[in-house]
Amino acid sequence: MRFAMAIDTKKCVGCSDCVVACQTENNVPIGYCRDWIVEVNEGTYPQLEMEIRSERCNHCTNSPCVRCCPTGASHYDYGGTVLVTAHKCIGCGACIASCPYDARYTHPKGYVDKCTFCVHRIKDGLPPACVAVCPTKCLYFGDTDDPRSEISQVLKKRKYKRLIPEAGTNPNLYFLI
Amino acid sequence: MREELIISGRMNPMVDPTLNIWHWQIPLYLFLGGVAAGILFFASLYYIMGREKKYPAAIKWAPMLTPFLLIIGLGALFLDLTHKAFFWQLYLAIRLESPMSWGAWTLLAITPLSIVWSATWLKELLPAWHWKYPFLEELEAFFIRYRLILAWIMLLYAVILGVYTGILLSAFNARPLWNTSILGPLFFASSLSTGAAVIMLMAKSHLERNIFSRIDLMMIGIELFLIVHIFMGFQASTQVQIDAANMFLGGPYTEVFWIFVVFIGLLVPAFLEVLELLGYKIPIVITSTLVLTGGLFLRFIIVYAGQASRYLY
Repeated sequence: MRFAMAIDTKKCVGCSDCVVACQTENNVPIGYCRDWIVEVNEGTYPQLEMEIRSERCNHCTNSPCVRCCPTGASHYDYGGTVLVTAHKCIGCGACIASCPYDARYTHPKGYVDKCTFCVHRIKDGLPPACVAVCPTKCLYFGDTDDPRSEISQVLKKRKYKRLIPEAGTNPNLYFLI
Repeated sequence: MREELIISGRMNPMVDPTLNIWHWQIPLYLFLGGVAAGILFFASLYYIMGREKKYPAAIKWAPMLTPFLLIIGLGALFLDLTHKAFFWQLYLAIRLESPMSWGAWTLLAITPLSIVWSATWLKELLPAWHWKYPFLEELEAFFIRYRLILAWIMLLYAVILGVYTGILLSAFNARPLWNTSILGPLFFASSLSTGAAVIMLMAKSHLERNIFSRIDLMMIGIELFLIVHIFMGFQASTQVQIDAANMFLGGPYTEVFWIFVVFIGLLVPAFLEVLELLGYKIPIVITSTLVLTGGLFLRFIIVYAGQASRYLY
């Protein structure tokens, strides 16, 4: 099993509903976020191109954060998700420095926190909170090891890119373009 | 023109707008650990080579500082942790892929080693000293008997301590400035140079000062070579690494790096050491202080600039 997410940049309008849904679902402290919206503008007026991406932890297959963690707090879990065990985390910051996507932050309580792919929901067969609320249905979540899953089908049909694969992380967020 | 904006307002403290997760504690530790590694390296190396009479400052006196340097450094590392109550988790795991795990275990070994090493020479420094309990006297006799083995172990750990801090940073490929294999050797050369500077400062004989002055000069030469090498490598690499190099070649870190590290920390002391070798009288305090200042600035600048170098946004 290999969980992944596909984000349709043609459908995303950048409403930030996913951001708010995540903050609510996961009790993210005020002023922090586990997912965020990036808007990329290219060209000069009137030849402008815009891309909107809903971004979060890439749950990389070759995660630098898991590799550099001195205590094993950062680890691979259910379906390839990358999680942090709070009571093993010493708050050294190595994983935060190691993440090329800057997806991690220090929780006010001291441990390091990040997107979990809503592992508590997906274990029950529910989609992650951000996917569930997306008003344009631009987020796809599923198992890329299963060729019949919706995400595998979408990735077969559509062109996609991944963010900085050259960082060697083998990321699992696919941006449909 | 291309611009990328985070419009959902991601403003995670210490991550945005640029990473700022490590503050003064980490570079201070890197510096103190480096100096300690340098001193212990020379102490064990010259003890193994049987130069005990010739280089007393390197083998006996300077190592007495290292427990203090290491303990202050460890204190700084502890202050850096944000989940302090769980620090002991470091010692429940051996993670070979994590340089920080290597560091934690190395410190656990080298700190007591440095204390034992210093303690075995204490009676030579303070002839009136006596250990309060007989078992401490026996322990001292035991360690003095096996000092050579102690020296070999310490040599190994000193090298690991000197190199791992550089590897720690270079393992982060998310930060292009750090992600160069030259950083390990550069930090090791700097730790040997700063270690030699402390020994120079404590040496009483002209001979010992002269030798460590020469060693320091050689290390400064190696550091300069490695610094040039790093920037050559970056310029021939990918865009993110070219950008990282440009932070020092016209960017925000240009003045502070080239003035404080290269000029004041390397070129001036090298010049003074050459003058001294030519027979001019140069107060050793000046040379040593400059070398140590350069080493401290190097750690601070690399740690801060590295966090500002990135792939995205």
